[in-house]
Amino acid sequence: MERTEQMNGIGTQPGRWRLAAKAAFPVTIPVLTGFLCLGMAYGVLMQSKGYGPFWAVLMSAIAFGGSMQFVAITLLTTAFDPVQAFLLSIMVNARHLFYGLSLLEKYRGLGKVRAFLIYTLCDETFSLISTVDPPLEVAPRDFYLCISLMDYLYWIVGTAIGGILGNFLTFDTTGLDFALTALFVVLFLEQWKKRENRPAGIIGISCAVMSLLVFGPDNLVIPAMVLMMAVLLGGRKTLCT
Amino acid sequence: MYLTPMQTLLMILAVAAGTQLTRWLPFLLFPENRCPPAVVTYLGRVLPTAVMGLLVVYCLKSVSVFQAPYGLPELVAVAAVVILHKWKGNVLLSIAGGTVLYMLLVQAVFA
Repeated sequence: MERTEQMNGIGTQPGRWRLAAKAAFPVTIPVLTGFLCLGMAYGVLMQSKGYGPFWAVLMSAIAFGGSMQFVAITLLTTAFDPVQAFLLSIMVNARHLFYGLSLLEKYRGLGKVRAFLIYTLCDETFSLISTVDPPLEVAPRDFYLCISLMDYLYWIVGTAIGGILGNFLTFDTTGLDFALTALFVVLFLEQWKKRENRPAGIIGISCAVMSLLVFGPDNLVIPAMVLMMAVLLGGRKTLCT
Repeated sequence: MYLTPMQTLLMILAVAAGTQLTRWLPFLLFPENRCPPAVVTYLGRVLPTAVMGLLVVYCLKSVSVFQAPYGLPELVAVAAVVILHKWKGNVLLSIAGGTVLYMLLVQAVFA
């Protein structure tokens, strides 16, 4: 933490980072449970394909890809084809484009921290940062950094635990990853509180459901994104007023 | 391991490159020293709620409503999250309550 302060060239305000971490930690607890659980599942799965904790953690730390990492397990167990892996990663993660568009404003002028925030942007971090406002005494930048860093570390630590001792686990964790579904439901409700957000919320759900019905569970994201974009842009005049 | 260490490393870098491209592209297209077009600002305002809806559907995409248990555990648990949240308004309580209920449902009730 101290190193980060020096890197930003900001003087040491006592307790500044503790305050930010204290504000950020409670909101990341659902991500903690979800990521430890899924990260562990990933570590165990990699182990079962002969890729030990070193490789699992390396993938989690460098790619930090969530669902794409599970897809990549399949790619690591067939013929070597990095071009396919690259293209598939873009398609599976295309939803990140929307996160970036939504956070252009919040991530403006944050200096060196910004690169790390963008590097570790994922579904959960985006959802928290776009929905939860930092308390008054915490600088938004510190709040965003703490959330991003914590979520990133949960995933890596989960992967490491899974890779190292996943085979000795006896506690039945089936269903624990529902924490992430619940998190998105709650954050959706938080957004829903603001009346002006409601049309967009309805558009998001209906486009996703329509895409799910037409294209099936494995190909739902990109058609849903295209459809959403079309409806949001088409209805811009109505939604703006 | 199916691939050699060198091939594995290259695969990791390929996945990382693809993933990072999707993260960086909006920030590269609309650099922070220039004001983005009004339409992009508009999208930045409406997308978070729309995407949250998409993520909820995405999490539930593999639930089969035509096969036992007909998506009941998910339906009950999501309803519990909504009710808890409307009632107490405590983020952690809503999530923990829904998750514990869901685990009970899939491990004990519908197992």
